[in-house]
Amino acid sequence: MIHQSLLKHAGGRYLWWSLALLALCLALFVTQGDRQPPNGGTWQGYVLGTIGALLIVWLSLLGVRKRSYRSTMGSVQGWVSAHVYLGTVLLVVGTLHSAAQMNWNVHTLAYVLMCVVILSGLFGAYFYLAYPRLLSRNRAGATREELFAELFELDRQGQEMAGYCDPEVQSAVKSAIQRTMVGGGPLQQLLGRDASKMTGAGGATEHNQDQQPVIDLVGRRVPRADKASEAANLQALVTLLCRRQTILRRLREDIRLQGWLKVWLYVHVPLTVALLGALAVHILTTFFYW
Amino acid sequence: MAEHFRIAIIGSGPGGLSAGGRAAARDRESGASTPQHVLLEAYDLPAKTIQRYQLGKHVMAQPGYLDLRSDCRFEEGKREAILQSWSDDLEQLGVNVRYGCEVVGISGSKGEFRIDLARGEPLTAEHVVLAIGLEGNPRKLGVPGEDLARVQYHLEDPKAFSDETIVVVGAGDSAIENALGLAEQNKVIILNRRDEFSRAKEGNLMLVLSAISDPRREFSCLYGTSPKRVVETPNEAKPLLLTVETPEGEQDIACDRIIARLGAVPPRRFVEGIGIEFPNDKPTALPELSRQYESNVDGVYVVGSLAGYPLIKQAMNQGYDVVEFINGNDVEPADHPLLEYQFRALPYSRSVDDVIEMFQRRVPMFSELNALAFRELVIESNILVAYPDGELYKDAAAGVEELERSLAHLSPAPRTPRVIREGEVVFDVGEFGTSFFTIVDGEVRLEDPDTGLTNHLGRGQFFGELSLLSGRPRLERATAGPGCVLVETPRRTMLKLMNSNDEVRAGIDWMFVIRELQRSFAPHAAFKELGDIADRVTIRQYKAGDSVFSQGDSGECMYLVRSGAVKLLRRQGDREMLVAQVRSGELIGEMALMGDPIRRESAVAAVALEVIEIGRREFLELVDLGESKIEPLQQSVSRRVIENAVMAVRPETGSVVDFLMQEGLGEATNVLIIDADLCIGCDNCEKACAETHNGISRLDRESGPTFANVHIPVSCRHCEQPHCMKDCPPNAIHRSATGEVYIDDSCIGCGNCEANCPYDVIKMSYEAPGKPSLLSWLLFGRGTGPGEAEGFEPEPVAREKGKKAKKCDACVGVASGPACVTACPTGAALRIGPEQYIDLVGGRFS
Repeated sequence: MIHQSLLKHAGGRYLWWSLALLALCLALFVTQGDRQPPNGGTWQGYVLGTIGALLIVWLSLLGVRKRSYRSTMGSVQGWVSAHVYLGTVLLVVGTLHSAAQMNWNVHTLAYVLMCVVILSGLFGAYFYLAYPRLLSRNRAGATREELFAELFELDRQGQEMAGYCDPEVQSAVKSAIQRTMVGGGPLQQLLGRDASKMTGAGGATEHNQDQQPVIDLVGRRVPRADKASEAANLQALVTLLCRRQTILRRLREDIRLQGWLKVWLYVHVPLTVALLGALAVHILTTFFYW
Repeated sequence: MAEHFRIAIIGSGPGGLSAGGRAAARDRESGASTPQHVLLEAYDLPAKTIQRYQLGKHVMAQPGYLDLRSDCRFEEGKREAILQSWSDDLEQLGVNVRYGCEVVGISGSKGEFRIDLARGEPLTAEHVVLAIGLEGNPRKLGVPGEDLARVQYHLEDPKAFSDETIVVVGAGDSAIENALGLAEQNKVIILNRRDEFSRAKEGNLMLVLSAISDPRREFSCLYGTSPKRVVETPNEAKPLLLTVETPEGEQDIACDRIIARLGAVPPRRFVEGIGIEFPNDKPTALPELSRQYESNVDGVYVVGSLAGYPLIKQAMNQGYDVVEFINGNDVEPADHPLLEYQFRALPYSRSVDDVIEMFQRRVPMFSELNALAFRELVIESNILVAYPDGELYKDAAAGVEELERSLAHLSPAPRTPRVIREGEVVFDVGEFGTSFFTIVDGEVRLEDPDTGLTNHLGRGQFFGELSLLSGRPRLERATAGPGCVLVETPRRTMLKLMNSNDEVRAGIDWMFVIRELQRSFAPHAAFKELGDIADRVTIRQYKAGDSVFSQGDSGECMYLVRSGAVKLLRRQGDREMLVAQVRSGELIGEMALMGDPIRRESAVAAVALEVIEIGRREFLELVDLGESKIEPLQQSVSRRVIENAVMAVRPETGSVVDFLMQEGLGEATNVLIIDADLCIGCDNCEKACAETHNGISRLDRESGPTFANVHIPVSCRHCEQPHCMKDCPPNAIHRSATGEVYIDDSCIGCGNCEANCPYDVIKMSYEAPGKPSLLSWLLFGRGTGPGEAEGFEPEPVAREKGKKAKKCDACVGVASGPACVTACPTGAALRIGPEQYIDLVGGRFS
């Protein structure tokens, strides 16, 4: 196999680096406690803090490396691999440095921000590792553009076929096509919710979730058709609506998965910037204790 | 009595109008009272081909190092400016030009040619200059009424017509594009002689079929239908009545206009009608000419692209020269100085013409070539001169350096010789290079590190044909021997020559077979014995998808793949699965001669394929000649048996490789493959590509086919024999020694490479405008950020320069490797070679 997941990059090199760093930090932590209990103020605490601060700065530099397209400093995949492993270890390093001393102050703020950033990063790592496979299975070789193109073609054909049906089916199918919702607000996208509507029997607006109501409505008409040609048209319409349902499901799933692949960054990146700020203040203020 | 002229020039393209300008100047000098020349043009404007360029197209003046020699002006600039200057020149110079004069035949001989015109009285002339180009005239309907004014053979602007009923005849891309353009505001009926649109591009096919099936559009198609006659009906509502022959019988269509797009009639038949001979039946063949551009028919001269010179400047220079030749002035061609530069480092004190003649005499294969073709070959070649290390070498190298300095202001600079040391490597094993070397002096050593075989080649012999014909990297190391002088001819020039000269083709083919047999079977056999066998083997060509042999057949021969790639398929139950891909230089069907004669697999050409077919008897003779090669041959057979068996029990791998083959990767050398199971769709690969290539991405991640988790984005595959290099007028596409195919700055934006690429990886684009820095985007949100700005607006300077061809260069020369690969955050994007196709899936399913 030529392609390697980012966790296995270079034979999992950065996993071993991270474990070594972890062992070092644990060793530092347990050697504390001669004159004062473990905290950020012992020399070990200072070393842990320095390691943590350097890690935070280096981890934030990924954003720059990713966009330095002529860089010869290793591949972006290597950086991401190291970013994931070292970022996870940072959770331990930071916690050891804090020695679980929490208060309502800027130090705790920095710690909390760091935890949220790392947690969002762990979610991100999960999405990056798990979702591409789901995405490609869901799209089954087509692109989103192609799915939309097929949907529009089905819409056109559906409208045309509905034109040959009785007024109730016609208005149900046409309204179902016109009022199909794909996407929507962020929450709708992320949850893959369907707010599609249609004009049902009697002209009332009804829910048309997952297109099932309109399929059922047309399906119910098939045995009651007056002429053979009408029944044939209705059957073809049901097939078309089912195909449309599949495409819509794929599109919603595609939008949902792509949404999760991106949305965590809206937490991860701004909070990283906030963390860098809080970290700077944290470091500055510690000098006043001296 | 027919009007008589001294010189009749046919065609007013660059070559013809330049000839006209010179002839008019000669008339003025001689003080003739009436013009002694005539310039005949079928169209109603000069330079039809250039008239048809899109509006505002920027026309280049390549090659930059060649001086213009013409009474007419020509410099790089807009189409309109060039056409304007030409029509001004024609008038000012007093050229006797006649538009709308289509020549339908030329008969007679030197001094009294009779020129028949489509309309009007025939003319007579003493000399004829053919400057008709290769475009040809549009193919007409071929039925009564084909010349009516409302029957058109081209369409400049579909928007010029509205609310009409228009019949479009033809089923090719231009017919479809015209029909779709017209259908916006007209009723369109498309007439297709066949039952489907088999010649159309995929995109056009989809558009036309959906337009036909769309009930809201007034767009219909008559299949299996051809026109029968057209008549004018001035008193009816519609001015034309077209009668067509449909499968159901005759039908009348009243319409306003007929637009026929039936391709062009190549000028060959017309040219042959004059008595000019072509060397063979190949569509690319060009007539043979003397150094003065005279054809085998005395008094008939050929210039421009029909003579094999596709560039405007070359054609104009020839137009000038040919009139001078006719007037008995044996001018030195405008490209004479180029040869002087190329010969600068040679150890001979002879004139340029003497050197050329000596070169040609010394190479038996070229000795029969006509002088003009050989001269052209040398002009397009590099000269390599070897000197012993020391004073001699230093002097020669310094001389060339000085020459290069004096020519540095020209862009691109003319070719200068390459001075090398005796014992220096000309090319090494594994280098990509498809040029062809001819030894005109001294000696060259060829070593094959695999077999340890060394051949010494001398004056008049050639080498490099293995890579030229197969597109494979070099298999040997070539070292310059004492006093060696080499002519290195680029692949394009060599192919042009082979297509127009059967002897050269046969000579190169024969040597290829001998060296291939020697390499594969009998490294120590003598050339003479191999030559006997080479005479008896057959070279076969197949199109992609053709069968070479089928499973279950009894085989009496084996095949050595000369170029292209083969799929070996094994039938299991009712499905066929791929068990191996075989590439150039390898054998197929050898098991039939070394074991069981029943074919265990079917062999199908994956791409265009050439094989050397070797019969049982020849094979046994080869085996006798090359005892030492038997053991490795047997080993490779047994390895193949095992590999094929492994593939057969792992159909997943086979089906992925089969998919790759179907997508044309059989001819790829370096292809971008995205693992869809790892790709997060961030497009950082595209952004990296744009950022490292002047703001324009050369890859389209999302488009392209996907099978299982293997996605092939639209991006250059650096084909073994690049289709894009086939027809590049300024020769701007090159292959680096490491295999990357790239376009240099001399691109003229003609779009040939874009049209020739079967994989749609070349795009024509303006230069992208500059962008604010990364930091000011990150911090202040200025500009569009990294990557190609979608639908960017080119700057006026870029617009002025025109669109140029853009393609992937696999980041040749970039230390960190291809940007698309190094920028991928998840490792989904990789560039791989064909030997890695199986590994692509190998581990995944095991």
